[in-house]
Amino acid sequence: MSINIPVSGVAQSNEFYSLQVNGQLHQVKDAWIGESLLYVLRERLGLPGAKGACEQGECGSCTVILDSKAVCSCLVMAADAVDTEILTVEGLGPDGALTDVQSAFLSEGGVQCGFCTPGFIVAVHHLLENNPQPTDDEIREALSGNICRCTGYGRILEAVRTVADQRRTNS
Amino acid sequence: MPVLIPRNVDQLVEVFQEHPQAKLLAGGTDYMVEVNLHGRKPETMISLRQVKELTEWSVRPGQSRITIGAAVPYADMEHGEIARLVPALAQAARTVGSPQIRAVGTLGGNLGTCSPAGDSLPVLAALNATIHVIGPEGYRDIDFVDFMVGVKKNSLQPSEFVHSVSLPIIEGWQGYAKVGTRNAMVISTASACLVRDIDEGIVTIALGSVGPTIIRAYSAEAWLMKSTSLRAGAELDPTVAQEFGRRVSLESRPIDDHRSTADYRRHAVGVLAQRLLTRSFS
Repeated sequence: MSINIPVSGVAQSNEFYSLQVNGQLHQVKDAWIGESLLYVLRERLGLPGAKGACEQGECGSCTVILDSKAVCSCLVMAADAVDTEILTVEGLGPDGALTDVQSAFLSEGGVQCGFCTPGFIVAVHHLLENNPQPTDDEIREALSGNICRCTGYGRILEAVRTVADQRRTNS
Repeated sequence: MPVLIPRNVDQLVEVFQEHPQAKLLAGGTDYMVEVNLHGRKPETMISLRQVKELTEWSVRPGQSRITIGAAVPYADMEHGEIARLVPALAQAARTVGSPQIRAVGTLGGNLGTCSPAGDSLPVLAALNATIHVIGPEGYRDIDFVDFMVGVKKNSLQPSEFVHSVSLPIIEGWQGYAKVGTRNAMVISTASACLVRDIDEGIVTIALGSVGPTIIRAYSAEAWLMKSTSLRAGAELDPTVAQEFGRRVSLESRPIDDHRSTADYRRHAVGVLAQRLLTRSFS
């Protein structure tokens, strides 16, 4: 780890630090301190799943799970995310296999241009993890921070209901 | 330029004294927008992520007050015990940004930024919140009314930070309402928090996004107390509610900007006041 312990005993993170992403420790080198987690994931760690659109927390395309919370990675200062556990869309399924949520987005037609899709997939995983049988209102509320300009949301909601039903049947 | 990561309040006090120019970083939902879109160059940062004490809240036995740490995220106020004790705060918390923003956004962030559109701030004003701050000289308490002193200006001294906020637990009704262009993910055009203490027979109302600071409509409050009973079991004449709304709107001091016009805001905040008062009797 590149956490230095200066005189005061307070840890610090500089241009070199490491991030725990999808269960692996990644070294970040020569970074600028203002880089967002979104930028570092995409441009430095080769994880382009999270998408950058608004860069102000409004669109949800960059959603990742950080310490069990769904957050906008564009609003996380990457150098401040040392000592956290980060899960991106790449880490949801084993070895590139589709998760049930991704399959349902395909089967229900919840994907058109696909740009917002990774953010939705992460947000839906997070929702169903915490609330396996959400009501329609709860689904809408949980996805209110993700914007889709193509689908009109109906098929996305259908995909979420489909996964919730499948998981109930299989459990 | 490092991110300094203190592990407890003592370390935070020490490191903020060593670096008085440093910027405190909690949820980052305001600060990172500045960096991403407005060319802000981060100076030395002090991360609050590891300071557990700031993420705690408590109700002391026998005290009718709740103390909420500066870094408790809004998501934790939406439901559960905090929502039961301070329902207006829960209502305001639910209107902050989106679930992703509420997962990390904090009261300390709203107080640090001190925007007139900060969603939690009218609640703190209407409830006469006490802001507990810590600095080089130790602890001190600041009444909310003395804390927010202008547009994005607070009365924190160098190397002082918000530790927690303490709010009374009121017997009666409290509510928060906000107008924006849509329900989710919106910065308020006008907002208001009304608290009706049925034991004391008092109503307080605080307005957001209609002035340089959060505005308490003191004259309207005083007029209301003289015009009708506010205690338990009292009834409200609809014309009183209407006149209350008119008087509240006169105390707002809105401006025209890219989000709305002064006229619309003045009107909207009066409607919110009338509605909240009416709800407090239903």
